[in-house]
Amino acid sequence: MSVDYGSPLIQVKGLGKQFGDLKVLEGINLDIDKGDVVFVVGPSGSGKSTFLRCLNRLEESTAGHIYFEGADITDPKINIDLHRQKMGMVFQQFNLFPHMDVLKNMILAPMKLQKKSQSEAEKEAMALLERVGLADRAHAYPSQLSGGQKQRIAIVRALAMKPDVMLFDEPTSALDPEMVGEVLNVMRDLARERMTMVVVTHEMGFAREVATRVMFMEGGNFLEEAPPEEFFGNPQNERLKAFLSKVL
Amino acid sequence: MSQGIYLNFIKDDRWKYITDGLKVTLEVTLFAVLIGIAIGFLIAVVRSTYDKTGKLKLLNGICKIYLTVIRGTPVLVQLMIIYFVIFGPVKISKVLVAVISFGINSGAYVAEIFRSGIMSIDQGQFEAGRSLGFNYVQTMWYIIMPQAFKNVLPALGNEFISLLKETSVGSYIALQDLTKGGDIIRSRTYDAFTPLIAVALIYLGLVLLFSWLIQILERRLRQSER
Repeated sequence: MSVDYGSPLIQVKGLGKQFGDLKVLEGINLDIDKGDVVFVVGPSGSGKSTFLRCLNRLEESTAGHIYFEGADITDPKINIDLHRQKMGMVFQQFNLFPHMDVLKNMILAPMKLQKKSQSEAEKEAMALLERVGLADRAHAYPSQLSGGQKQRIAIVRALAMKPDVMLFDEPTSALDPEMVGEVLNVMRDLARERMTMVVVTHEMGFAREVATRVMFMEGGNFLEEAPPEEFFGNPQNERLKAFLSKVL
Repeated sequence: MSQGIYLNFIKDDRWKYITDGLKVTLEVTLFAVLIGIAIGFLIAVVRSTYDKTGKLKLLNGICKIYLTVIRGTPVLVQLMIIYFVIFGPVKISKVLVAVISFGINSGAYVAEIFRSGIMSIDQGQFEAGRSLGFNYVQTMWYIIMPQAFKNVLPALGNEFISLLKETSVGSYIALQDLTKGGDIIRSRTYDAFTPLIAVALIYLGLVLLFSWLIQILERRLRQSER
């Protein structure tokens, strides 16, 4: 299944984003290889989420290029919908579809976009639900679930498309503290299975534990990039030191 | 009293003016609502697409003109223009003219109802759909519209009910609806009270009936989310 493109899975070159006169991102370069678990941390308003949302073009960048599996997905002529099928995304606010039960939430995209039969899609969805311990909630509606359950469903809904990369936009920020653990467990398992992940988060302990690389973003660019032990144990950048002293 | 009822409804089978009129009123309302929903749906899609993406600028402009003109003029004037001016030279069924006029009129109001429904759905729903790989139209169809429809159902019900009553102005083009039926009886029997009160009671009964049906439907739809 894995195809070697002879280049990183995602390659970001000179990415910039401007809202009017306000530069939110500027000159960002980043290579993400298959199996990388990249955590992006930084103060609020630093552009982390905007960066992540540019990766699947929920936010349109205003400069630079993003190559995903060899294709320049910032090209306006490209069919972005096809590439998004390979990029799962998990949101802070879960964004489950409230008018469908859990199983329908999960099989909608595989059936409509990958033309899977209902029985095949349901079988795969049930296997995923099994993995996150929510098989008994298959016919519950989102309003009947706790926050932690909703986010776990949101993760397996994205996984049902068998994406090559998973993007997480502050996946635990809207959760009650006692529910954070169950979501992190699912993400930890994914990282162990070598799923390529880009995670924007405030969970420093978790970043330290599962990241292969941690990026520090401030003022619209990455100021430091290092493996987690180094990033948290021996930070170089002064602003990163100040940031870590506040959040750790 | 019983003499009034005999004179107004039994004699010469005058009750038929009421039942035939009722049939026309329901027919006009039903088909006008269908046209209104079709027009309203299309306009709402165009307008909210423009609001969300900036595309369809020209169509959006046309829709805005339509909304301004239709909502800015009385429905009775629109009805008479369509009957006497647009279809003036041709022989055409009054029921059809009424259906077209009330449909076009209702479309303007339904459009804004639908649009507010679409805009009321959280942007996150839209992003979740797009992030899975659905295109704009698929996201609208599978994810946004079903939720929007549920939200606007009460408002749509109200529109149906006001349209039912509004069709009574059809008598201005001599449409033989429920109102006209009562009025014809009045002109035959020189008794205004009995036929007009009867007509009013029938409208009232219909409104109560439809309000009740909409309430049931609404409750059903809500239940599926619990």
